[in-house]
Amino acid sequence: MWRDAALVAGKDLRIEARSRVALSQVAPFGIVALALFAFALGPDRDVLARGAPGLFWVAVLFCTVLAVQRSVSVESADGARDGLRLSGIDPAGLFLGKAAAVGVQLLVLEAILVAGVVLLYGARIQIPWMVGVSCALGTIGLAVTGTLYGALSSGLRMRETLLPFLLLPIVAPVLLAGTRIWQAAMVGGSPGDGTQWLRLLVAFDAVYLAVGVILFGPIQETA
Amino acid sequence: MAPAAPSPSAVSLRGAVALSGRFPLLAGVDLEVAVGETVLVEGPNGAGKTSLLRVCAGLVPLASGRLTVLGLDPVRRRTAVRRRVGLLSHASHLYDDLTVLENVRFAVRASGGDPARIAPACDRWGLTGRLARTPALKLSAGQRRRVALAVLTARWPEVWLLDEPHAGLDVAARALLDEAVAEASAARVTILIASHESGVVEQLADRAVTVTGGRVTAGRVLGAPASGEDGTRSTDGSGAASVPTDGPGAPDGPTGGTDVAHGRGRVAHVA
Repeated sequence: MWRDAALVAGKDLRIEARSRVALSQVAPFGIVALALFAFALGPDRDVLARGAPGLFWVAVLFCTVLAVQRSVSVESADGARDGLRLSGIDPAGLFLGKAAAVGVQLLVLEAILVAGVVLLYGARIQIPWMVGVSCALGTIGLAVTGTLYGALSSGLRMRETLLPFLLLPIVAPVLLAGTRIWQAAMVGGSPGDGTQWLRLLVAFDAVYLAVGVILFGPIQETA
Repeated sequence: MAPAAPSPSAVSLRGAVALSGRFPLLAGVDLEVAVGETVLVEGPNGAGKTSLLRVCAGLVPLASGRLTVLGLDPVRRRTAVRRRVGLLSHASHLYDDLTVLENVRFAVRASGGDPARIAPACDRWGLTGRLARTPALKLSAGQRRRVALAVLTARWPEVWLLDEPHAGLDVAARALLDEAVAEASAARVTILIASHESGVVEQLADRAVTVTGGRVTAGRVLGAPASGEDGTRSTDGSGAASVPTDGPGAPDGPTGGTDVAHGRGRVAHVA
């Protein structure tokens, strides 16, 4: 399973390194989204700084949808998905590999968006490690749910519109917990304020990792 | 001299029905393919040839009936079966952003194949030098076909399912393909070839079966004395000279009894 996961993740990251879709299209889209939020909320830096945690995670969710759609479309062209199925690759390995590749891309995008939030909104992070942990846990949750729902929608003709519709409500706990942890990290209070939300993220990740490992194979065969 | 004992089945379909939504892809196929046998699958467009190969590869599940590949159930033993089966389909299964060599490497490693076979396979299909480093995006249709064939020959599975394998290939590549099929056949690889180019494939195959309306409606032995005037056998074992392959005259019922034929020194079962 791990060998297959590494093989698939390496393949997807190599494709991304060649095509640079995440860096040349998704990252600018995320920055544009942050700028548009700023335009909508006005020039008041206090308002922007207070809203920064939620706006950051909303931008991350939009980027997740694009990254997952790209991950799905890579397998849709020239029957590549059938090629993967025919190879007899371990479905759990395939799931973990694709999720890992999406996760690595999301981490890079989040680093860019964190810089965007700090520069555009004047957000000040008092407890950086808490933001780092929330990003790491949130990324795992988004990558595994995105990969799972991406597979679910991959066989459908309307997948481009269906994926956000399916995925965004499911990842609402990531948005909620991530935002609360960021708020705690920005206020600079006790780290305990964000711990319960970190637990929620850990539970979310664990549940969807397990569901993905178990169900990705059957979903791939039926989608 | 006692007749040769039948070889074990590499592919066995009994009353196989496959659906796409409510549309029948296969409507009750009975087919036995012995280990090491090469079978040409003929039939008009939309007859179910591609569906038959995809079912045998385990890509399309059966709605009813029974399928075993190399004695295994492709649903319950999915990974085990797929690692021993290779499908050359209309699609090449290539990633446009990866080079030729990267595509072959990935496909072979993903299927648990021997990496040592990658270089010889690429050499065989002329995928060397600059072409090996070319992204798949820039390849012609024929070159993509060569890459898919390189993957197949590098993997060298026990069952080859070839869907219109000559399509898009130039004369040199067609000769290479025929050579590879002959070599695989000599190595007792089981091969099903769906093709409209019967004249070409008949030279490679032990027998031919005709698929019409999602059923196997006729079978004939190749390279052996014909049973009927034109070598065509009806699948009910009546020995009729020909069976309509399309239209209202095509048989409706499931195919009948077992007709054992000896072609090119092998035992072939036409169910």
